[in-house]
Amino acid sequence: MLRASTAPDTAELEPPVQATPIRTARQPAGSILYLDGVSVSFDGFKALNNLSLVINKGEMRTIIGPNGAGKTTMMDVITGKTKPDKGDVLFNAEVDLTKLDEAKIANLGIGRKFQKPTVFEHLTVFENLELALKTERGTFATLFFHLTGQQAKRIDEILGVIGLGDRRKEKAGALSHGQKQWLEIGMLLMQEGQLLLLDEPVAGMTDFETETTASLLLEIARDRSIVVVEHDMEFVRALGAKVTVLHEGSVLAEGSIDTVQADHRVIEVYLGR
Amino acid sequence: MLLMSRLASLESRRGWQVFLILLVLTIVLVPVLNLTLPPESPFHVPTYMLSLLGKYLCFALLALSLDLIWGYAGALSLGHGAFFALGGYCMGMYLMRQIGTRGVYGNPDLPDFMVFLNWTELPWYWWGFDQFWFAALMVMAVPALLAYVLGWLAFRSRITGVYFSIITQAMVFALMLAFFRNEMGFGGNNGLTDFKEILGFNIQAQGTRIGLYVASAVVLALGYLISRFIVTSKLGRVLMAIRDAESRVRFLGYSVTNAKLFVFTVSAILAGIAGALYVPQVGIINPSEMSPGNSIEIAVWVAVGGRGTLFGAIIGAFTVNGAKSFFTGAAPEFWLFFLGALFIVCTLFLPQGIVGFAAQMRARIARKATPAPEEVGNAASKHRA
Repeated sequence: MLRASTAPDTAELEPPVQATPIRTARQPAGSILYLDGVSVSFDGFKALNNLSLVINKGEMRTIIGPNGAGKTTMMDVITGKTKPDKGDVLFNAEVDLTKLDEAKIANLGIGRKFQKPTVFEHLTVFENLELALKTERGTFATLFFHLTGQQAKRIDEILGVIGLGDRRKEKAGALSHGQKQWLEIGMLLMQEGQLLLLDEPVAGMTDFETETTASLLLEIARDRSIVVVEHDMEFVRALGAKVTVLHEGSVLAEGSIDTVQADHRVIEVYLGR
Repeated sequence: MLLMSRLASLESRRGWQVFLILLVLTIVLVPVLNLTLPPESPFHVPTYMLSLLGKYLCFALLALSLDLIWGYAGALSLGHGAFFALGGYCMGMYLMRQIGTRGVYGNPDLPDFMVFLNWTELPWYWWGFDQFWFAALMVMAVPALLAYVLGWLAFRSRITGVYFSIITQAMVFALMLAFFRNEMGFGGNNGLTDFKEILGFNIQAQGTRIGLYVASAVVLALGYLISRFIVTSKLGRVLMAIRDAESRVRFLGYSVTNAKLFVFTVSAILAGIAGALYVPQVGIINPSEMSPGNSIEIAVWVAVGGRGTLFGAIIGAFTVNGAKSFFTGAAPEFWLFFLGALFIVCTLFLPQGIVGFAAQMRARIARKATPAPEEVGNAASKHRA
């Protein structure tokens, strides 16, 4: 009860993590995302095994783990693409995400960026952002939609943030790989989500692009919660956020990047096979 | 004001000029050449030619409707013949009821085929079809309902791609078999024919034929503008986004099901109207309109013209049907070879259809004329200024 009122300072408050699976009774209060005992299996393969994870409001979290640890499945569960076999998934400590479909979850304010950049290649950069713009999503509202000056200004703003201002009229298909990733991050910003899920945002980027992306994310993290799944340790370090290690569908360790990298179990999981 | 500027922006200024010129040529020039010139003049348009063009206009509207769902939302319906035929049947039922006592059996209420089957009273689903307004309503409502139900089942279950094509193809085939049965009450394999009057006008008269031809042209123009309105709206961009990356659209918060359902239903309504205009011009509707091959042919028209462009569908419908009329008249044995060759040529050399090919050529010529290549790509959007 008392702890709930303390500031959710992440890295410092964390006790020296003994990598015991975290299944203590946690309170969803104050969290933006709360997963408790989530399991998913595909044909007997347990992609998620009793996974519990709490992301606080305003927090940035990086999630790492070897291939098959369940990172993408976890994203699928949060965004409604996959229904969990059991467990609770709460948004803002009250909305049960397991009952909603993708579109409803997106409209709650959860944005997702896929591992492979998926922008709409036949639309222009501007039109891609326009589609993501937070407005009425109904079919008829969309048919009679008219872009106001204010909304156009908002799109210009985001174009500036992601550095694609001079390419607004080009087809998104003509962008480089890194630019597509930024465009997709820009689309998440247009959605004005409270929680952004980014699946390997720097995969396939050059070092320079990776650096730029890290500062872009740190900037946008100021007023929203972000979960980043990533393999690139340099990038994870550059973000400087609390790290959660997934392994075989559940949490193996949690803490700062240094704590986690020193954990013998984590080392074993990454190197031991 | 907002609506006016929205309507004006449906086409570039050049686009509007071309649109209006074509419209005037179609609805004024052709009938004038038919009516005023003596038959021996080389510019005389014979009435049979006028009717043939009227038929093409209906096919063009049908192709347009398919382009809306296939070219923009990426869902290839191979059952559009069903919507066309249902619209046609609704019109045919009205025309049958207009025959009255002039049928072979002279029954004022029952069409000949029902008398022949020893039916004593009109089935309930024929009620109201003696009124034109009711039939006109049904021409739109029946295809719309079928599309809505089928689309709801398919899109909600996320049936896409080739599975959607197969389902729609199965639907049209099943409907054809059902309509072949005499007990259905739609004239079995003979269908509905021997029409006499439409809205009190003799259906064979030259004036009526011109009227039907002009109506087809006007409706095609309206259908084109409605389709333009949809594809140039934000919903149109949502549809194109669905075509490119359907699941991504869901994560943006749009209901993919509803967007597709809307455009599929609008498309079915346009196809139904096309069928309703077609039937009085050819004088018959029977279940062969619902043969699976016919529905596939519609897709060929759109592919030949160039999908995702709307006017490409119209060009494709005229080109392929014009060629069909020419070959089946001049050299019937070559028609199927020509169709086969057309397939191969289109697949190999014209993946974007005639319209895409023309755009490529224009771009190539423009590139030679001006050294700056970036300008060329934007040429189309600049026309809007």
